[in-house]
Amino acid sequence: MDPSTAFYVISLIKILLVFAVLMTTLAYLQWVERKVIAHIQVRPGPYFVGPHGLLQPLADVIKLITKEDLLPPYVNKPLYLAAPFIAVSMALLSISVIPFGPEIDVFGYHTYMQLTDLNIGVLFVLAVSSVGVYGVALAGWSSNNKYALLGALRSSAQMISYELPLSLAIAAPLLISNTLSLRKLVETQGGNPAHAGTLWDWNLFHGWQWIGFIVFLIAAFAETNRIPFDLAEAENELVAGFHTEYSSMKFAAFFMAEYANMITVSAMAVLLFLGGWVAPWPAEYGSGLVPVAVFALAGLVAIYHGLHPARRMDRFSLPVVGVIFLMIAAAFLAPFTQSWLLPLFWFCAKTGAILFAFIWVRGTLPRFRYDQLMGFAWKYLFPVAVVNLLLTGLVVALVG
Amino acid sequence: MDVILFLIFAAIALVAAVNVVVQSHPISSAISLIGVMGSLAVLYLLLGAEFIAAAQVIVYAGAVMVLFLFVIMLLNAGTEARQSKSETAHLLGVPALVVFALLLVYFIHQQPESGVHFGGFTGGSAQAVGRALFTTYLLPFEVTSVLILIAIIGAIVLARKEI
Amino acid sequence: MSQVPLSWFLVLSALLFALGVAGFLFRRNIITVFMSIELMLNAVNLSFVTFAYQHKDVSGHLFVFFVMVVAAAEAAVGLAIILTVFKNRGTLNIDDISSMKN
Repeated sequence: MDPSTAFYVISLIKILLVFAVLMTTLAYLQWVERKVIAHIQVRPGPYFVGPHGLLQPLADVIKLITKEDLLPPYVNKPLYLAAPFIAVSMALLSISVIPFGPEIDVFGYHTYMQLTDLNIGVLFVLAVSSVGVYGVALAGWSSNNKYALLGALRSSAQMISYELPLSLAIAAPLLISNTLSLRKLVETQGGNPAHAGTLWDWNLFHGWQWIGFIVFLIAAFAETNRIPFDLAEAENELVAGFHTEYSSMKFAAFFMAEYANMITVSAMAVLLFLGGWVAPWPAEYGSGLVPVAVFALAGLVAIYHGLHPARRMDRFSLPVVGVIFLMIAAAFLAPFTQSWLLPLFWFCAKTGAILFAFIWVRGTLPRFRYDQLMGFAWKYLFPVAVVNLLLTGLVVALVG
Repeated sequence: MDVILFLIFAAIALVAAVNVVVQSHPISSAISLIGVMGSLAVLYLLLGAEFIAAAQVIVYAGAVMVLFLFVIMLLNAGTEARQSKSETAHLLGVPALVVFALLLVYFIHQQPESGVHFGGFTGGSAQAVGRALFTTYLLPFEVTSVLILIAIIGAIVLARKEI
Repeated sequence: MSQVPLSWFLVLSALLFALGVAGFLFRRNIITVFMSIELMLNAVNLSFVTFAYQHKDVSGHLFVFFVMVVAAAEAAVGLAIILTVFKNRGTLNIDDISSMKN
């Protein structure tokens, strides 16, 4: 195959792969969220639809598809139909520049583990999240409903207010890494294949970006309308906020957009501050055995609990899960997977840790009142982000 | 390929601009203006201005137009009443406009041509813009920061509730 | 012919500017007039970037940057003024706000 058609074929395969994995992750992220929040509240969560509720997302999708898809007669039809479309497409578009791993060799063709590497990747993600505000604002306006309009105005005012500390928190590691491309960001944090990186190379540590990381996470909570900043869509405050008049698949579209935004900001936090796919210590010194140990331990624990006589309901499901985990652990030991599976594992582990923090905060904190929320952004978060940027700039100018 | 891209997005920009002027409800005009800005961002990419294209989407389409949308939604501006137009203006005006546009196109084509293609100008990166901004144009940059401060104070003073 | 002639960009910029002027002169709603001003500024930005391409100079992009900043500041203050006018006059029709005529 000549290089140009190879490029198109590989790109098409990558797009299909990322799309499939992303859709499955969105569905199961909701399952993880429900289970984690349930365990925080000392109850089992979804348990009966399939083993441990694993088919619950499938049941939810079937319910949403077969629900009546209303088109109320009093809405502004073009905007009403366009709003969830804009929300979902912008949320999915920002995944296209996230790098999952280093350059790999597929049957002789060199390709990045990323859909496309823009040299203004960070600005692209910011631009796409700015346009994502329109999905919310137009949904509220077109619904011809005062609760929806109020919720939409509050939510979009919140999103554009928190874009400022978000951008300033992003600017500080850019000063350290000196590039806007997401792939080169990770390469300056130790992802360069020439010399393997360590924990110290991450921007959080050698760049002293603790304040920036925390500002970024708080602004990310507000950008994605998650607790403690989700007043605009709180059920007990504003009926259902901006998606009051939406049902069935359009409602599902807004939820997909919210989870996809969560994944995007977690991935951005990992790329900017936590070193992307760089392992805490290089693979030569044994960090390749960490995923093996983790999965093997999980598999053994699952098999032990499955064979325990006290758990009668999980006689078959837990040992099967345990065997699957042991097979994944064995996959990490195979030599031909070391180059791409290990970086992917570290990237997913770090992103998963931040997503767990999102879910953990949701189960723990109460929500802010709207004026507290906006005051916090402008009076506390924005000055802290500016000071962080100034200090980072000063240190880079003096040291670099 | 570049010609096709230019034609598509220039057509979108023109149709959306006509929509801005012609639509009776301000919300439709605002959304058409967002369409104009988006297609102009793509044309900036064709001209090698990658930083300006991103800034156009982030600042113009993502913040300024959201502000417009807020004000339209808050004021609940309804549709404009149709004005009584004089027929003479229509009969004379539209052909005059077309003739003027053709004259403009003719005179612009007298300029020496250079072709625009992707990669024709590589000096539009963030590094180049940043270097010029902080060396040659440092004074205007600092003045614009004062301008933004004035605008913030002015907007807050004008729009607050008098208690 | 895989290259776009530079004059096409200038023609597009001129047409957008003319449409902005037409909207500014003929519309009666004050917000639509304001949006026509933004359309004119966008047209000017396009011609700046086009000339930056022709002369291979990044200063054109800098001008666009400053025009964007000024347009954003103007939009903020202008919309605040529109809100105040609406509070005092109750209408957004520029024909009805002319209390200095006659």
